Amino acid sequence: MSDSKQANTRVAMRLGITAVLMFGFGFALVPLYEVFCDITGLNGKNFGRGETVAVEIDRSRTVKVQFVSTNPETMPWDFKPVERSMRIFPGETQQTAYLAMNPTTEWMVAQAVPSVSPSEAAQYLTKINCFCFERQPLDAGASQEMPMVFVVSPELPAHISTITVSYALYDITDAERVASQEKTKTGSQLL
Amino acid sequence: MATVDIDLPHVKDHDHDPHHHGPAKGIGRWLFTTNHKDIGSMYLIFSLCMFLIGGLMALIIRAELFQPGLQLVEPEFFNQMTTMHGLIMVFGAVMPAFVGLANWMIPMMIGAPDMALPRMNNWSFWILPFAFLILLSSLFMEGGAPNFGWTFYAPLSTTYGPPSTTYFIFGVHIMGISSIMGAINIIATILNLRAPGMTLMKMPLFVWTWLITAFLLIAVMPVLAGVVTMMLMDIHFGTSFFNAAGGGDPVLFQHIFWFFGHPEVYIMILPAFGIISEIIPTFARKRLFGYPSMVYAVASIALLSFIVWAHHMFTVGMPLVGEVFFMFATMLIAVPTGVKVFNWVATMFRGSMTFETPMLFALAFVVLFTIGGFSGLMLAIAPVDFQYHDTYFVVAHFHYVLVPGAVFGIMAGVYYWLPKWTGHVLNESLGKFHFWMSFVGVNITFFPMHFVGLAGMPRRIPDYALQFADFNSIASVGAFIFGLSQLIFVYNIIHNARVGEKATAQVWDGAHGLEWTVPSPAPYHTFSTPPKVD
Repeated sequence: MSDSKQANTRVAMRLGITAVLMFGFGFALVPLYEVFCDITGLNGKNFGRGETVAVEIDRSRTVKVQFVSTNPETMPWDFKPVERSMRIFPGETQQTAYLAMNPTTEWMVAQAVPSVSPSEAAQYLTKINCFCFERQPLDAGASQEMPMVFVVSPELPAHISTITVSYALYDITDAERVASQEKTKTGSQLL
Repeated sequence: MATVDIDLPHVKDHDHDPHHHGPAKGIGRWLFTTNHKDIGSMYLIFSLCMFLIGGLMALIIRAELFQPGLQLVEPEFFNQMTTMHGLIMVFGAVMPAFVGLANWMIPMMIGAPDMALPRMNNWSFWILPFAFLILLSSLFMEGGAPNFGWTFYAPLSTTYGPPSTTYFIFGVHIMGISSIMGAINIIATILNLRAPGMTLMKMPLFVWTWLITAFLLIAVMPVLAGVVTMMLMDIHFGTSFFNAAGGGDPVLFQHIFWFFGHPEVYIMILPAFGIISEIIPTFARKRLFGYPSMVYAVASIALLSFIVWAHHMFTVGMPLVGEVFFMFATMLIAVPTGVKVFNWVATMFRGSMTFETPMLFALAFVVLFTIGGFSGLMLAIAPVDFQYHDTYFVVAHFHYVLVPGAVFGIMAGVYYWLPKWTGHVLNESLGKFHFWMSFVGVNITFFPMHFVGLAGMPRRIPDYALQFADFNSIASVGAFIFGLSQLIFVYNIIHNARVGEKATAQVWDGAHGLEWTVPSPAPYHTFSTPPKVD
């Protein structure tokens, strides 16, 4: 009888450990998913951030790059691209900008999240500088031009002639306020 | 299954053994019991209560949809009803019913005296009512119950969810722990407590399907716990797993959810396959056709269930390669499922069939589940799924596999084993009355949904365009027929528990297997001495 009891405990322990590991696997799916998107360039969200590199400019063709802006329903800012679309040569460094205006009576902070379509093009588009790298605070009623410098690699497959770059602008004022409060709290403790 | 010849142990002998006694008296019997039959009964009664509560919510939904326009409930409350109906039916009705049947029948089918871990068994049942009290109490909270659909997609459930979402998360955690403990117990019982001679390939198919289901539960319930934990952290601790503003990704939620969600739908159907595979041979008076292929088919369905999850997300913006992969992987599941349907039909072929209540439910299962399977194949075709996605066609599909599939499977099992539990022969006229009302009701309810779905009626909407009015009112009438006929089911069970002719040990004259060798009603302790299986 004690033999079978031991066997039962052993099976239960093993299965219990499996369950705990699977709980961990659920969390591991988060980085795995990021890695998978990075490698395959799927999802269009992980297009690269890089330095200017001297590459040969491919003047044999042009690519149309379109700029799109989206505000989620809770975001009251005016947010739009300066240029809706531009024709560029692959390999040429380009600069453009988005305009943002805070029409509310409150100081607010925003975070832009980029996405590229078709997703296949994502890995050939490099941002050298972008307003989406940083949080964008704006005083009540203020507006600003937010620059973006990018380059499309000459290795871009020939069948892609149009790339759409989309930015969604999110309101992160609350999160930012909590974070800054915590900072002052720890700061005052230090003093 | 191979013929099982049994050496019956001396059933009457255990009066001398001090460890073997009858049930304790009073409420303590139920609170502290470690007896698999008591716990099985509690699971089944709990599941029946949840089935009636979830059914009531379905009737509120169908009453509102009887006519276009808003008549009875506010749209916010309608959303709470669709959400709670789904959650309660999936986690409260179908899953506990299968665990209850497993508790009652698996030890008796493999010749074990009880479940392997009886105390854990008690615990895994008793935390379940609390999970659902928490979930149901959210209906009375400020801001209402969860209203984001049973799939609780982020950011609907994180950024835009009601305050009660936190209670929902804890409820899911508790029911997840309960399912995992139940699954561990079932695996330990099947692996360790089989009677001598009961090899794996001699086990009844109900035991086999449950063994595989239990492994699925252990693999995916923790992932569900993980995804709701991430939600909890996004809501309260400022993380951004699913929040795009903080660098997270809402589509990630859908991937993780359906990684759990797809195996989950097989968790809800595989044990029903097992029940049907017990019932059809009994009433066809033939051995099950292709026993080994049935086992392999169930195992392949379970393995395939892990690589098809994104077919729920064809319209989310996946790359073409992904769509094609998930489309073909999904269609591949039709092969083992087809093997099973073929085997059931081949078992009946040239059998001496009789049509008692359990057999009627089993036959309806085979026909109607197959219809649900075919609409599933239609949905698997990625290019046309763009039209069907989030329409009533999807609702028709999954209700065909879950109601005349999983629920009819459970009812078939209950009618089949009820005489063994109560010791009374089933009242066939009452059983048949229930069957025909349910059969007619279920088809009137769900068949028209195919048509309105193909015509473009969206799901989870309290109002709809005029052109869908006729089919919707038909579906609502069917829903009330089906819903009310479940009262006959409740009456049948109570009636059978109280009165009826004394049942023999074998109950059905074509029945084979260890559970039919013990007297009816099954004594409180069975197989204290293991039987010998040749």
